Amino acid sequence: MIAYLAKRLLLAAPTLLAVLTLVFVLVRIVPGDPAFVILGDQATPQALAELRGRLGLDQPLWRQYAAFMSDVLTGDFGRSLVTNRPVMTDVLAVLPYTIELTIASLIIGVVFGVPLGVWAARSRDGFADWVARIVSLAGLSFPAFVSGIMMLIAFAIHFRWFPVISKGVPLTDPVERLRSLALPALNLGLIMVAYLTRVTRSGMLKAMSEDYVRTARAKGMPTTIVIWRHGFRNVLIPIVTVIGLYLGVLIGNSVLTEIVFNRPGLGKLIIGALEKRDYTMLQGLMVIYAFIIVVVNLLTDLAYGLVDPRVKTT
Amino acid sequence: MSAALSVEGLTTSLRIDGVWRDAVRDVSFELARGETLALVGESGCGKSLTAMTVMGLLPAGVGRLSAGRIVIDGVETSGLAEAQLEKVRGDAIGMIFQEPMTSLNPVLTVGFQIAESLIQHRGLSRRQARERARELMELVRIPAAAQRLDSYPHQFSGGMRQRVMIALAIACEPKVLIADEPTTALDVTVQAQVLDLLGSLQRDKGLGVLLITHNLGVVATNAQRVMVMYGGDVVESGEVGAFFANPRHPYSRALLAAMPRVDRPTADLSPIPGQVPTLADMPEGCRFQSRCPLREEACARRPPLTPLRDDPRHLTRCVVTAREAS
Repeated sequence: MIAYLAKRLLLAAPTLLAVLTLVFVLVRIVPGDPAFVILGDQATPQALAELRGRLGLDQPLWRQYAAFMSDVLTGDFGRSLVTNRPVMTDVLAVLPYTIELTIASLIIGVVFGVPLGVWAARSRDGFADWVARIVSLAGLSFPAFVSGIMMLIAFAIHFRWFPVISKGVPLTDPVERLRSLALPALNLGLIMVAYLTRVTRSGMLKAMSEDYVRTARAKGMPTTIVIWRHGFRNVLIPIVTVIGLYLGVLIGNSVLTEIVFNRPGLGKLIIGALEKRDYTMLQGLMVIYAFIIVVVNLLTDLAYGLVDPRVKTT
Repeated sequence: MSAALSVEGLTTSLRIDGVWRDAVRDVSFELARGETLALVGESGCGKSLTAMTVMGLLPAGVGRLSAGRIVIDGVETSGLAEAQLEKVRGDAIGMIFQEPMTSLNPVLTVGFQIAESLIQHRGLSRRQARERARELMELVRIPAAAQRLDSYPHQFSGGMRQRVMIALAIACEPKVLIADEPTTALDVTVQAQVLDLLGSLQRDKGLGVLLITHNLGVVATNAQRVMVMYGGDVVESGEVGAFFANPRHPYSRALLAAMPRVDRPTADLSPIPGQVPTLADMPEGCRFQSRCPLREEACARRPPLTPLRDDPRHLTRCVVTAREAS
C-alpha cells in the first residue's frame, strides 16, 4: 500500500509541474502588457516601468519562469495587486470555510444519496424509485442560486432556524459555525445527493443482475446480506469514481452557494480577483485549485485500492 | 431411504409481454442419492428454468411455479416463503453455474465465499469456517489451498474458479447438486478434470447430481439416467445405455443424428429442420410436430409420457414411436 501511494505521489508531481507551467504561460500570453492592463490607459510610462520591475516582467522569460517556480514551490505566490497582502494569507484565511463546506456537502450527499439509490433500485418503478427520480432531477436541474434562495426564504426567513448571512464565524463558537454551515452545505449537497442517487441506483440494478448475486442467493444468503455484502460492495467502485470526479467540480461550483449565502470561501475570492483584475491572486488561486484537484485524485486512487481488489496496490 | 430430490408435475410460467405462459410443463422425476440424472436439450428448452424453479430462484414477477411439488431431502419446498427457502438453499441443495468467470464475487476472497454459507447455515465461527473452507479447497484439488484462501477470483483461472464454485456449492454437504452446464465454458482437458472431480465427490458423499447439459458426450460418460426436454416438455427419459442404444422420441433421434462422431464422416451430420416455436406460438398437442418427420393426425392432441412395453423405465412422449415399440 505504501509503495502504491508513493507511486501515485510520484505520478502527481509531473501533473502539478505541467499545471504550474500552464499557469505561467497563460498569464504571459494574455494579450497586451500585464502592467498596462493592471494600471489602465491613464498610467504614466514611469509607473508602468516601475510595475514591470516589481512584477519581474523586465527579466528574460526563462528567468521569470525559474523565479515563478521557486516562489511557488516555497509557497510564495506574491502579493495581491489590490490589497497588497500576500496571496497565501488571503487564501489560507478562507480555505477552511471552503473545505468544511465541501466536506459537509459530501457527507450529506453520501448519507442521503447512497441509501436512496439502493432503496430505489430495490423497488424499481415503485414508490422509492419515484422519490429518487424526483430528488435527483431537482438536484441536477435547480441552479444553486435558485435552490439557495428558496432555502433562505423557507428556513432562514420564515422559520428563522438558520442565519440568513453566514459570514465568517470563528471556530470558538462551534454551534453558530455549524448553524451557518447547514444551509449552504444542504444547498451544495443536493447536487451530490442527485449524482450519488443516480449512480448508486444504476449500479445496484446492474450488480443485482450479476451472476455472483445469483450465486449468493443459491448459497441461501438472506436478502439483506445479498444486497449489501454481494451487491453493494461492488457498487462502491462507481461511487468512489463519482465522488472523486465531482469533488473537484463541487469545489469549483461552490462560488454560487458562497455568494447566495454571503459566505467566505475560495469561490468568492476568485470572483473578487476577476472583478478587480488581481492577476497575482488569480495566478495563486489557479495553482491552489490545481493542487486540490491533484490531492482529490490521489485520495480517489487510494480509495480504489481499498474497494477493488483488482486494483494492484503493490 | 427417500430420494434426494423428487419433483412432481412441475410447471413454470413466465410472464412475456404481460401474459403468463407455461415455459416448463408437467415435469416429474426422482433423483436418488449418488445418482446422476442428465437433463438434455437445446437452448431455451426449459432445462435451466427447471433447475432455477427447483432452487426457488425464479425472478419475482417474471417467473413463477404455477403447479407441482418439489421435495428436497424430504422437505417440501414448493410453496415455502423466501425466508424458509433460504434455509434450504445452499444447505440441502447446492448449485453450480455455467459461467465460472462471472459467478464469483470479484470483491470477496474465495476463502470467504466458500466459508460464508457455513457461517450462515451451520453457525460456524469465522475461524472454523475458514478452516473448513481450506479443507474444501483441498478436496476440490486446488493446489496450495492454505495460501489461496485470501486470493480473489481474478487471481484464478476458469477451471480453478469452477473448482471454487464446486467447493462453495458442496460446503454444507448438500444431498442434491444441480450443475448447470458446469463445463461448457472450460477447455476440453479442464472439462474432463472437473467432471472427474464431480464424479468422485458424488461417490464419496452420496450426492445426487442433476446435470444440465447439451453435450451428449458428457451424458454418455457421466450420467446413469437421462431426460430429454423440448419446448418445455420432457419428451423422453430412460437409462443412459438404453437411451443411446435405442432413442425413441423423434427429437432424441434427430438430436443424436445432429451430433458429430469421430467414427463417421462429418458430411453425415443432419441438422434438425425448422426452428423451435416461440412460447407464444407453441402448437397444441405434441410440441415437436412442426419439425417431426413422423407426424400424423394423433399428434394434435398432447401425447402422454408413455413407458415402453419392453422397458418400463424408458418413457417417450410420442404416440407414433410408443406404438412401434409394442
